[in-house]
Amino acid sequence: MTRTPAIEVVGLTKSFGDHQVLGGVDLRVPSGTIFALLGSNGAGKTTVVRILSTLLRADGGTAAVNGYDVATQPAKVRSSISLTGQFAAVDEVLTGRENLVLVAQLRHLTGPGGIADDLMERFELTDAGGRKVATYSGGMRRRLDIAMSLIGDPPVLFLDEPTTGLDPQSRLEVWATVQELAGGGTTVLLTTQYLDEAEQLAERIAILHEGRIIAEGTLAELKALFPPAKVEYVEKQPTLEEIFLSVVGHNGSDKVGTGR
Amino acid sequence: MTTDVFAETVVLSKRSLRHVLRSPDTIVTTALTPIAMLLLFVYVLGGAIHVGGGKYVDYLLPGVLLITIASGIAYTALRLFTDVSGGIFERFQSMPIARSAILWGHVATSVVANLVSVAVVVAVAVAMGFRSGAGVLAWLAVAGILVLVTLALTWLAVIPGLAAKSADGVSGFSYPLVFLPFISSAFVPTGGMPGPVRWFARHQPVTSIVDTIRNLLAAHPVGHDGWIAVAWCVGLLAVAYVLAMRTYRRKLA
Repeated sequence: MTRTPAIEVVGLTKSFGDHQVLGGVDLRVPSGTIFALLGSNGAGKTTVVRILSTLLRADGGTAAVNGYDVATQPAKVRSSISLTGQFAAVDEVLTGRENLVLVAQLRHLTGPGGIADDLMERFELTDAGGRKVATYSGGMRRRLDIAMSLIGDPPVLFLDEPTTGLDPQSRLEVWATVQELAGGGTTVLLTTQYLDEAEQLAERIAILHEGRIIAEGTLAELKALFPPAKVEYVEKQPTLEEIFLSVVGHNGSDKVGTGR
Repeated sequence: MTTDVFAETVVLSKRSLRHVLRSPDTIVTTALTPIAMLLLFVYVLGGAIHVGGGKYVDYLLPGVLLITIASGIAYTALRLFTDVSGGIFERFQSMPIARSAILWGHVATSVVANLVSVAVVVAVAVAMGFRSGAGVLAWLAVAGILVLVTLALTWLAVIPGLAAKSADGVSGFSYPLVFLPFISSAFVPTGGMPGPVRWFARHQPVTSIVDTIRNLLAAHPVGHDGWIAVAWCVGLLAVAYVLAMRTYRRKLA
């Protein structure tokens, strides 16, 4: 790999009072990949994302995004990223279209209306575009949230727990959206507490536990850390998710399921 | 860069002005409550209040204008709190825009919305018989003082907007501000108040601000009250601005 990594973190530490949240995190995200930061609640995932998106200062260590140091060149970092936080960062009082126009205007882009219309079509929000976001479902809100983050084509995208709190169908919609991004060359750093989400979406996975990265690699590499697979015969039972989705007649599952 | 800050502030101000226009609650509280107060004091209580010569509505209006602003800035704090507690504040902060524009957008909205409320209240007062012999310069001075009061109280409102943990905490801070005019010369002359209350009423900022506006509108000489009023506003503005910016920076610690 000769290209600069999209994200490079060395020895990152952060404490809140006496409570140490990050105890020396090292992370290297190659450009153009979907990278999952996997960890349980309180592992420090959001803290890492907040430091990388210049919302929080680290106590120690260095972090660079798109080649820019987050502590000394925060403005350059902000020009390179978009953050989709843990709670959908949308304006509930505005309509979906107004939200998109707002972000396009703040990024000083020409033709904000056209940009908004294109994104609404791409994210299947055209019909809802004139409605207040307060009336949107969780999945629609998230799609709008991600659409807002794509305005201005930032090379690095942070998705902090993009599917937490969503119902299974909305989760599949968001997965399909993220997989689509992968083709476009955007680097995505995704945090999640769901193992299947990391498995479905990410090319590389890092496991953050008690403020440290304890394992990192492709899914195949992580699997190799375990004893070789032994062959067992198990009757295949449908999972509750499969039952739920087939009963409610959702067809999005094959879109996502054939991904790998 | 400065033109960028200005353009971003304008975009963000338009956004929060939309919030004002789409919130009936905000419009009712900030314009109708002061109007109800005008009606109540002029037509119910006013007959029993003696303010020397002149009509009571002329005497009352400046104080009601201050109450209008005090209840208006509570909504500024609430709008800021809603941004902070949702995700949109962090989105703005992680975008390549001037961070000061995020606060200035709310401040500019506060000034515009409060001036509109004030204009509506003045129009109602005119319909109730308020008349002023003030010239253009005096009116400009009144507008200037009201803008200064709005700016000072808005920056004060930014502090709970950024720091509060709950929506109740945000709105709670404005109660003393709405109440303060009652212990001043806003509704009744301070002369009839008992000693310590009278001392407080005469030395708190509302009295000098209200007296200044009242004298300007009545085309009377303002005297050194005017300078005291401006000093209070500028002093409060400076302190509130410094504290608000400190609170803002602390959010990034």
